[in-house]
Amino acid sequence: MTDNSPGFATLAIHAGAQPDPTTGARTTPIYQTTSFVFNDADHAASLFGLQAFGNIYTRIGNPTNAVLEERVAALEGGTAALAVASGHAAQVVVLQQLLKPGDEFVAARKLYGGSINQFTHAFKSFGWNVAWADPDEPETFERAVTPRTKAIFIESIANPSGSITDIEAVAAVARKAGVPLIVDNTLASPYLIRPIEHGADIVVHSLTKFLAGHGNSLGGIIVDAGTFDWSKDGKYPMLSEPRPEYHGIKLQETFGNFAFAIACRVLGLRDLGPALSPFNAFMILTGIETLPLRMQKHCENSKAIAEWLSTHPAVAAVNYAGLANNKYNQLARKYAPKGAGAVFTFSLKGGYDAGVNLVSKLKLFSHLANVGDTRSLVIHPASTTHSQLDDAAKTKAGAGPDIVRLSIGIEDKEDLIADLDQAMS
Amino acid sequence: MNHDAYDDTYIRSILNSVKTIAMVGASPVNVRPSYFAFKYLAERGYDMIPVNPGHVGKSLVGKPFVASLKDIGRPIDMIDIFRNSSHIMPVVDEALTLSPLPKVIWMQLGARDDAAAAKAEAAGLKVVMNRCPKIEYGRLSSEISWMGVNSRTLSSKRAPMPTHGQRLSLNRMSVGGGSTLAADRAAKDKLDPA
Ligand SMILES: Cc1ncc(COP(=O)(O)O)c(C=O)c1O
Repeated sequence: MTDNSPGFATLAIHAGAQPDPTTGARTTPIYQTTSFVFNDADHAASLFGLQAFGNIYTRIGNPTNAVLEERVAALEGGTAALAVASGHAAQVVVLQQLLKPGDEFVAARKLYGGSINQFTHAFKSFGWNVAWADPDEPETFERAVTPRTKAIFIESIANPSGSITDIEAVAAVARKAGVPLIVDNTLASPYLIRPIEHGADIVVHSLTKFLAGHGNSLGGIIVDAGTFDWSKDGKYPMLSEPRPEYHGIKLQETFGNFAFAIACRVLGLRDLGPALSPFNAFMILTGIETLPLRMQKHCENSKAIAEWLSTHPAVAAVNYAGLANNKYNQLARKYAPKGAGAVFTFSLKGGYDAGVNLVSKLKLFSHLANVGDTRSLVIHPASTTHSQLDDAAKTKAGAGPDIVRLSIGIEDKEDLIADLDQAMS
Repeated sequence: MNHDAYDDTYIRSILNSVKTIAMVGASPVNVRPSYFAFKYLAERGYDMIPVNPGHVGKSLVGKPFVASLKDIGRPIDMIDIFRNSSHIMPVVDEALTLSPLPKVIWMQLGARDDAAAAKAEAAGLKVVMNRCPKIEYGRLSSEISWMGVNSRTLSSKRAPMPTHGQRLSLNRMSVGGGSTLAADRAAKDKLDPA
């Protein structure tokens, strides 16, 4: 360990947390409280005016959540973070700082099905218009940019397809367009990919998945890379212009390279309200302590299972970027040299019916709509997460009718292979 | 001194040793960053003096404005310059005429003048550029972590109890933590577009 750059596993355990000053408690206490007393009227006024750092009300900030925020900011190499109630909440809060009604953002077509729904329907009702691009062809992002484009959104490893995005190529498009690149890093976790090192300006996560790891708590987070200049051309008035909500302060001028995280907190979370429960923050923090160990095992199991599936006669194709013959293997070696993650799909020769049949016969894999649990999970996206899309869009999203998605857990891989074997025979 | 990346020990030793701080370009308008920083540092026990010729006759959190550094009439330890980069040199020139000399020249977040810094360092002063003392104080005391900021420090020691108006919490024992290399690089690129 050098003084300035402790390793990832050290940060996963220590960043943001120190023994409680009052009691000496070593693990982070759960500050299960809505509100915090002020020292006096003047203290209250300076907290509300953003002149002092401190706690007011848990919808704006909470000491347990703050430990989680600093932990993930440190793991991602960002300047600051904001924890919220879910991954979806993180996406709303981020885009609320960037888009006005009538504005646009460009998003990768291969995304979590819920994000495709959120962008297509919910955001449309806010007047935020999405233009789709193909993450396998970064030049399609450039073609989709217009003068009203305010951001670009991609997943580092896409759900459900497990494909790897060329983050640096898309970052170059974003830089040229003068807009921030937002990367959903949920499926990789910062252990496998650190998007900020590849040009991301904002990283979002569903903490619900690998970061927490245990499948018992929902959460989301926004990490500010501190790299984007929000004031250069007046396109981002939430950050560059005097805010009437706070008597005319300008957030970037006041908070420098963590202004975006502050904007998300004081203009987004404060007013939209999707606060993370401190109890969930505690559960997620506990999970993060073992992130490096878990990710190693998730990746080791996934590679073994993908290799085994590739040789199975009932399997048509295995889409795991960690396999040498996979289309994304080159990108996986570049961006995720420690492993290509643990969520991937495969297709069955028997099509839709074989997919449904497999899911119903598995005994150890759980059939449910989540990923990134210690337990191995399975789903048939075409009949569940992606069922709202038409067939063409399903296929473009990597969720065609014959596709089965796995999220490989950290059980013994021999048991997982035996379960798949009995279900396919 | 490497002005792209300061050691925590350097910043800590400055914030721990200075007592009197003249803030050049301080604003009495309570939504300006200089106002926030002035008030915060005054609450941490620093003897703050607002310097701004446009506001003589007014005061900032109870401290009367003076027109220039020369008008302070007592020794000052640090000059915190809340002006943009093109206005730094005259302030440093004036600072170097003071007797006794100040010990530290601090240029606010966004401000950097390497020539002015070199001149001050040649006269034996310490220099910090493109940083905010409020943010650095908050970071090193871990107060700022209340806002989810990456403090870039780790510690297994119990933090001193936060004490209103005292500088105890600044002495938190810590080692380096998560780095923010991308943000540091972006700041450097912005100041030096070549
Ligand atoms: C890649 C990705 N992003 C975002 C989300 C949404 O997260 P949450 O369910 O925490 O709102 C998910 C959930 O499955 C996801 O897989």
